[in-house]
Formats: sequence, structure tokens, C-alpha cells
Amino acid sequence: MRPHAPSRITRPATALTALLTAGVVLFSGCSSSDSSGSSGAGSGGTLTFAVGSDMGCVDPQQVGSNDTIYSVRQIVDSLTDQDPDTGEIVPWLAEKWEISPDSTTFTFHLRKGVTFSDGSALTAQVVKDNFDAVPRLGALGVLAKGYLNGVKATTVVDPLTVRVTFEQPNAQFLQATSTHSLGIASSASVKKTPERKCAEGIVGSGPFVLSKYVPSQSITLAKRTGYAWGSPRWSKDGEAYLDKIVFKVVPESGVRTGSLQSGQVDAIGSVGKADEAALEAAGVNLIHRANPGVVFNLGLNNANPILRDLKVRQAIQVAVDRQQIVDTIFPTGTKAATSILSHTTPHYTAAPGLDYDQAKAKSLLDAAGWRPGGDGIRVKGGTKLRLNVFWFANAATNQPTLELIQQQLKAVGIDVVLQQRQIAQFAEILQGGKFDALWGNLTRADPDILRTQYSTKGLNSYRLPVGPLDDVLSRQAAAADDAQRKQLVAQAQQLITENAYVVPVVELETELGVGKNVKDLDFDASSRIQLHDTRIG
Amino acid sequence: MRRYVIRRLAQAIGVLWAAYTLSFLILVLLPGDAVSAMTAGDTELDQAQIDELRHRYGYDDPLPVQYLDHLGRALQGDFGDSASTGRTVTATLGDALPQTLLLTGTGLALGVLAGGSLALLATYTGLRWLRQLLLSLPPLAVSMPVFWVALMLVEIFSFRAGWFPAFGNDGLRGLVLPAVALAIPTGAMIAQVLSKSLFIALDQAYVETARAKGAGRRHIHLRHVLRNASLPALTVVGLLAGQLMANSVVIETVFSRNGLGRVTASAVTAQDLPLVQGVVVFGAAIFVLVNLVVDLIYPLLDPRIVVASSKGAAAA
Repeated sequence: MRPHAPSRITRPATALTALLTAGVVLFSGCSSSDSSGSSGAGSGGTLTFAVGSDMGCVDPQQVGSNDTIYSVRQIVDSLTDQDPDTGEIVPWLAEKWEISPDSTTFTFHLRKGVTFSDGSALTAQVVKDNFDAVPRLGALGVLAKGYLNGVKATTVVDPLTVRVTFEQPNAQFLQATSTHSLGIASSASVKKTPERKCAEGIVGSGPFVLSKYVPSQSITLAKRTGYAWGSPRWSKDGEAYLDKIVFKVVPESGVRTGSLQSGQVDAIGSVGKADEAALEAAGVNLIHRANPGVVFNLGLNNANPILRDLKVRQAIQVAVDRQQIVDTIFPTGTKAATSILSHTTPHYTAAPGLDYDQAKAKSLLDAAGWRPGGDGIRVKGGTKLRLNVFWFANAATNQPTLELIQQQLKAVGIDVVLQQRQIAQFAEILQGGKFDALWGNLTRADPDILRTQYSTKGLNSYRLPVGPLDDVLSRQAAAADDAQRKQLVAQAQQLITENAYVVPVVELETELGVGKNVKDLDFDASSRIQLHDTRIG
Repeated sequence: MRRYVIRRLAQAIGVLWAAYTLSFLILVLLPGDAVSAMTAGDTELDQAQIDELRHRYGYDDPLPVQYLDHLGRALQGDFGDSASTGRTVTATLGDALPQTLLLTGTGLALGVLAGGSLALLATYTGLRWLRQLLLSLPPLAVSMPVFWVALMLVEIFSFRAGWFPAFGNDGLRGLVLPAVALAIPTGAMIAQVLSKSLFIALDQAYVETARAKGAGRRHIHLRHVLRNASLPALTVVGLLAGQLMANSVVIETVFSRNGLGRVTASAVTAQDLPLVQGVVVFGAAIFVLVNLVVDLIYPLLDPRIVVASSKGAAAA
């Protein structure tokens, strides 16, 4: 008995028998079990991708979980695409666009000849129908809705020109049009209720079409024949290489890993540090990229009497040994936070003040009047320096990370009490403000995420005081000039770490395991995947 | 006999109602609700939008109103729509139920077969060492966590040998490993109970009588002793129906199978009240049904039981 080499048969459940599988590998010319002919070198085949969860919804405008985004991203095209290396926005369904100097009006000129898989054509009216429907998604379409926040009107200028006008400057909107959340569905799909879109999926113009969705089991995509309007970023023109992609929902991480090692699947999501060695030994490629957006952080409650003191917040910031956390817990390649934004976010700049310095932390706390008590925990006026940190089990790394932070803070005399809560209570805790610190992160390939999170003009969940940061965040949202925006975003990152409103800790690294037989499976700018260029064999 | 059946049916309905009401209460007492689960991680949502969602799903009604409203519709077979997926609960369970019945049914059949054979062989054999060996297997199997057993089976027979797929619902081959994983604790319990009662029955006077009349050892073992000893084992089968369903939550997750167990796990995590209630009522219905069938089989095995219970029913 020995582990199988990754085989070409990618539908293990329907293949004849696994005993045959080993034999089939020997016939190197054999394509997958699909009968459709190959239309060129490397074309055709079925890719089987195991993900850990299913959100029960296959509408791109409504899903927010990576595991489902991987599949629904392939069904829709977006107005624009984003270069993962430079963050630059490039054409896709929109050939070109104009933005008003105050960043309130966006005019998109659509590509000619684009059709949806139901045969209908892409027109300015379809884009308008999509954007008009987004606010009606209600709470289910939070991402899409946030991107269109403050929209005044979407107007059809001519059949291939559409204009979106906002109440106030909204520089992030251009990047938002590149996301799956604002992917364009056909007019017929848009008219369905949000619930039906979730259950049945939507008709898009993407390189793949949804052929079957079995909740909590699988999402099957088929190649869209005649596709000819891919992003200029992609290396292949026209149709995708793969005939079919099957996303299997495999909740057990050990089963995902073993299935990839034994060739029952071609790629897997959510690889953990513990799985790396076994996968590497089996010749699997581990690819990883930091998610853009806000890094994992301790979101401090700035209205808390203890945390209102800048010195205490700064002490926590330097008492955390980020490198130790990265080395002990996170997958290879993960970077310690060097700003509130991860380094893959456009306009990221390293912000000072995040270097580990235990002595400095102690002297800051001394200066703030917190004196070590008998048990090592600092005391001031009879109050212990104790923080309740709320967290959720939505990532396997959360608990070990927080336990390590707990030890690190204890070393400088801060008592951390870890409070695990159900993810269902997240919004309630955040809005109720009954936390001292909250552990979490947020993925977004545009720095405007800082405004939605930390401007006091928004929900201000972390209870920041009104200050110069508000102005900087508003101005970056209005900046039409990229260089000017970059400078403002840098200023914002600096203000956040200087004031230690939040304690950035570690970047979220998305790690995928990809079988040797798979080529060109790459991340997009949001650290999700685009499978148009992917080949198998 | 008819009064006996009617009484059993009334009890069954009572159990179903209690299961429904208890699950409702527990879910209401949990912090958060389906709406907060749905909007979790969303920091850009204001209270008005959350309230609108609560209203849409009827979570802003007073509790007694919600309870009676749900109960009334449940009686008509309408458990409402799942709060997390929007599909009707009946359709979701309708998809999941056959898969789970197939899995647990196969697991139970394998368990009965293996456990029964083991008990018979252990009590029949004259070899002391074989008997000791066989009798030590069930306690071992019962004490192994089903989760671990499942992972070991996948590791050996799927990842290494490649004989069976590690996940999915398709085909008979996909059924083998999960069914075996379910059958191991099931069979072990049956083996324990059956071997014990076989030993007891073997000591009974009628065995002596049969032997004196010249009946063969195998004939006595299978005809007389097994029949008398199988009642406790049958009772255990009824109880195992519940255990099988509970284990299917774990097994279906490990083997990525669609079914009632997976639906249960995700519904509870999402605090999907209508779906959880549907699962509880369906699960309770299956449990009640299996035990009803078991109760009705007793008289067939042992005619004395009908007389006793009819008398009991008449007296009550």
C-alpha cells in the first residue's frame, strides 16, 4: 500500500474504481473522464477543488466567504479587473471609464458584443438594473451594498454607456467594480428575489456557467463556449482551458489534505500550518498570498476608561511580539503586521511603532500610573489592568494566537481574559460596545476599508475620538489623483498606529494546495482565484 | 392489541410535541438569533437593517405568538423556510433524509450482522481463548471515538489503499467506509448485549430439557436460545436508532456526505431556528417510529408479551 500519485481522474466518485485509477495514470495521453474533445494543447479536463464550507448561497453579489467566492467568481465578469501586483485597475467589461475630479461621478463605456449565458446582451441598462437592485439585497448583500453606499443614481447615457453618481466623493468605487460582489448578472437574474438567487444562482457572462449546485455538497461549473471578453490581464484569449470545475465541500481538513495527497482532488483551500509538511512531501505546490485589507488585529474599544489612555494602548502595541506569533502559529510565508493594512493592499505603507519592545511597554505603563501588583498584574487606584478580549472560532489560528498574546501581555503586567463567542453574536458585541478588545480582520483590496472601519462619521464601532484621522480618511475618499490618495492613505495608516487605536498583529495569508498536474492556478488582487487560465494535465 | 397500539401512538405524538417545544425553548434561550448569525462579521450594517430582517422572518413577534404560529404551520407539514438558505425546510430535509436513512440503515444492518455473528460465535465456540478474544472486542470497539474510527478508515482504505473515495454521496463505493464506521459502535453494543443474554439463556432449564430430548447443540443454540435471548438485543436496536442518528452528524461531516447530520450541524451553527426544529421533529419521528416497530415486533418473538400488555392496557 502506498499513496497514489495525483491521478488524472478527477471525479473519484463517478470513476470506475480507485483500483483502476492507479492504472490510468500510466496512460499519459489519457485526458480526464470527460468526453468533450480538446481544442488545443492543454485544453479540456475537469478540475476538482475541495473547499471547507458552503454558505448555502451561490449568488456572487451575496456571498462573502472565500470558499464560495472561489466558485462564483468564475460565473460573473466585472466592469473592471485589478492587477494583483500593482493594484492597478484595468478594463474588463468596461473598455474605458471617466471619473469626475471630485470622485462623485463614474462613467463606464461597455465593451461591445458581450452576452450572458442565457443569450441576452450586456447593455448599460443591464448594469443599471444590477446596481439598482443591490440596495434591495438588504442585509444579505452587505459587501455589494457597502460599495454602492451613498449612490444617487445610475443612469443609462447610451446603450453602451452607464453613469453612476454618488452623493459624496467615493474613490473606492472604481476598485469595487472589479470585485465579485459587483459582478454583472443578466437582467432576468437580477429580477429574482435574493433568496432565489442564493438557491438557484444567477446567469452571468463569465468564462464558466453554473451547471449544478448541491447545497453543502458541491458546486459544478461548465466552460462557457464562445467566451471572448476576458480581462486583458489573462494570458489566454477566448474560452477557458478547463471544460469543467467541480468544487467539493469537504469540511474535515485532514480529509481535504489526504484527498489531495492521494489524487482524489486536484486542489484544496484553507491549508493549515500542520498540513504543510505532508503536502510538500507529496509534491503538492503550496501557493500563498496575503489577503489585502485590514490585518488581524486587536480592535480596541477606545471609549473604555483604561484604554482611553494613549500610553496604555501604545504599551499593548509594543508588548506584542508579532514575529513570535507568525513563527509559531501561521503558515509559511505569513508576514507580521507592519501597518493596519496588509502589504498586498494598494497604497500600503509600513507604519512605525509596531516593533516589539518589552522594556518600552513596561515604562509606558509605569508612566501611565499602572504599578505591578503582588500577582504581577498591574494595578492603579485599586483597579487591575485587565482586558476582556472577545474572539470567534472563524479561523483555526485565532485561539493559539490569542493565547500567545495573552502570555506576551502578561509578561508586562496586563491580564488578558479571553472571551470566546459565537460568530452569530459578532454584530451584537460590536454595536453594543461591551468589549475591551475584539479580534478580527477584513479583506478588501482598497484602502477605503480604513474609512468604513475607523472614521467617526461611520458606525465607529471601536469608539475612536473625533480627530485629524477623520479628515484624512474623508479626503482620501475624494482624491481623484492616485499619488495624492496614496499620500493621504499613508498618513491615515501612520495616524492609526501612532495613536494605537487598534493593535495590528498579523496578516491573513490565504494558502492553497495545488496538485502537480495543475498549472497556472493563481491569485487575483483580492487573494481569491481566477480559473480562466488554469490548465490540468 | 388495538388499544395497545393506540396507546403507543398517543405516546409517540406526545414525544414529538415535547421534542418540538423543547427545541424551540432551547433555541430561544441561546444568545443571538438567526438574523445575528446571518449578519455576523458585517460591520457596515445599521440597526434599522437588522430590525428589518428580524421583521421579515418574524423574530420581532412575542415568543408565544411565534411558538403557536410555528406549531400551527408545522402541524400542516410546513416548517417554514430555512433562515440561512431560504429553501423550504421540508425540501431541505427531503433531500437529506434518504441519504441518512441509507447510511444509518446500512450501518445498522452491518452492525447487527457483525455484532450478532460475534455473539453467536463467542457463545457457541468451545475454544476458551477464542471466546475470550471475541468477547474482548466489543468493549474495545465501544470505547473508540467514532470520529477517530472514521478518520482511520479514510486514512487506510482511501488515502493509502485507494479502494474507496474519501468523500461524497455518490454510489455504493462511497457508502462503504461511512457505513462501516457507523456499524462498529453499533455492532459492538449489540454483541455485548446479545452475548450476555445468550449466556443467561444457556443456563436456563429448557436448554437442559432440549438436550435431554436429544436436540443437537447447534439446533438448541440457534432455535431455542437465540430466540429467547434476542429480546434485549432488539430493545437495544431501538435505542441505537438514536445513537446512529447522533453519530451520523460526525460521520457525515468526516465523509462530506449530504444528510440529516450535516444539515443539523450547519443549522445549529447558523441558529437557523426553522431548520433546527424541522431536524428535531424529523429525528424524533424516526426514533419514535423505530421504537414503535420494535415494540410491535416483541409479541412476534414472544407471544407472552401481547397477553401481558393487553391485560395491562385493559386494567389501566
